[in-house]
Amino acid sequence: MRLQARFRWLPTPFRSLFLFMVWLLLNNSVSVGHLVLATIFAILIPILSFSFRDPQPLILKPGLALKQLLIVLYDIVVANLQVALLILGPSKKLRPAFIKVPIDLTHDMPITILASCVSLTPGTVSAEVYPIAESLPEGEEPTQRYLLIHVLDLKDEEALIKQIKQRYEAPLKEIFQC
Amino acid sequence: MISEWVVSILLLFGGTFILIGSIGLIKLPDFFMRLHGPTKATTLGMASMLIAAMVYFANSGHGLSVKEILITIFLLITAPISGYMLIKSAIHHKLKAKEGTKGLDNVEDD
Amino acid sequence: MLDTVLLIVFSMIGLSLLLNLWRLIIGPSVPDRVLALDTMYINVIALIILYSISMDTGLYFEAALLIAMLGFISTVAVCKYLLRGDIIE
Repeated sequence: MRLQARFRWLPTPFRSLFLFMVWLLLNNSVSVGHLVLATIFAILIPILSFSFRDPQPLILKPGLALKQLLIVLYDIVVANLQVALLILGPSKKLRPAFIKVPIDLTHDMPITILASCVSLTPGTVSAEVYPIAESLPEGEEPTQRYLLIHVLDLKDEEALIKQIKQRYEAPLKEIFQC
Repeated sequence: MISEWVVSILLLFGGTFILIGSIGLIKLPDFFMRLHGPTKATTLGMASMLIAAMVYFANSGHGLSVKEILITIFLLITAPISGYMLIKSAIHHKLKAKEGTKGLDNVEDD
Repeated sequence: MLDTVLLIVFSMIGLSLLLNLWRLIIGPSVPDRVLALDTMYINVIALIILYSISMDTGLYFEAALLIAMLGFISTVAVCKYLLRGDIIE
């Protein structure tokens, strides 16, 4: 995990790239004026807002991140087909459950991404991260964190936990190196 | 001609998914299960409708328009977050889950 | 053909808005109603996109983007109020 970027004038390189793209998409043009303006915004906004933010871990493996994004997009489509079938089927047969998944990630940012991935994919919505940060004594780090997940139709708890850990958590650990 | 077919199929796909999400909102028995419909089905439905709009405007002489991607990205980022906030407030209000829900003791009170 | 498809999809989304309204009225608890409202604003975005296709104009995308942003913010604000009894602490 690395919190400090390589250049001081570019504290968050991927956010800068994102801002650049958003400005061009919003104006729907690639003329020289908009390119220059987008570059100015992409450099100025992170510098001005950097001191208000907590330092976030940087993406260290961009290629892997792109691959993971495609995997998640594919999963979203498949998940929706599954959930649509479950919704249209008889609702008496569904076996809803709350399960706890132990997670090894330590920083808030990767945990947020993991929770979002879990929410968007097959039949699961993430509900809570235990232990809750406010209930801990000041300055103390939790030893082991859990993600509470609501499942629409639980077949095999062990397999689901294993799938989440392998398919979503392991690449995130690799991407952020933590 | 092909683009018209693509737009029609994408629109029908999206409309079906939005309808399924709303049917789930009515049909399923408790709040935690109802949450699954809107957070997933509706998001995919919206994404395919926006792609349909993009294909349509690219072929109708308005020039390529990519603004729809912004709405898609925005919805994809925000759907899990609003789902998370909703389920957190439901747990806080101690809503009853459907009978036979497994692992209810995993839910801790805050 | 596109006109027929547009009509079908318009009626699908109208139907789902009605279903959401039904949940908004009967919904036994407050989070249920918030969820119904959240789904309603997403469906309204779909309606705007369809309208802009049927009118053949790209003017409505800013409106759709604004509704998406305001809807998300209002859902989060109401949930925060339900959770803490206060929006900005």
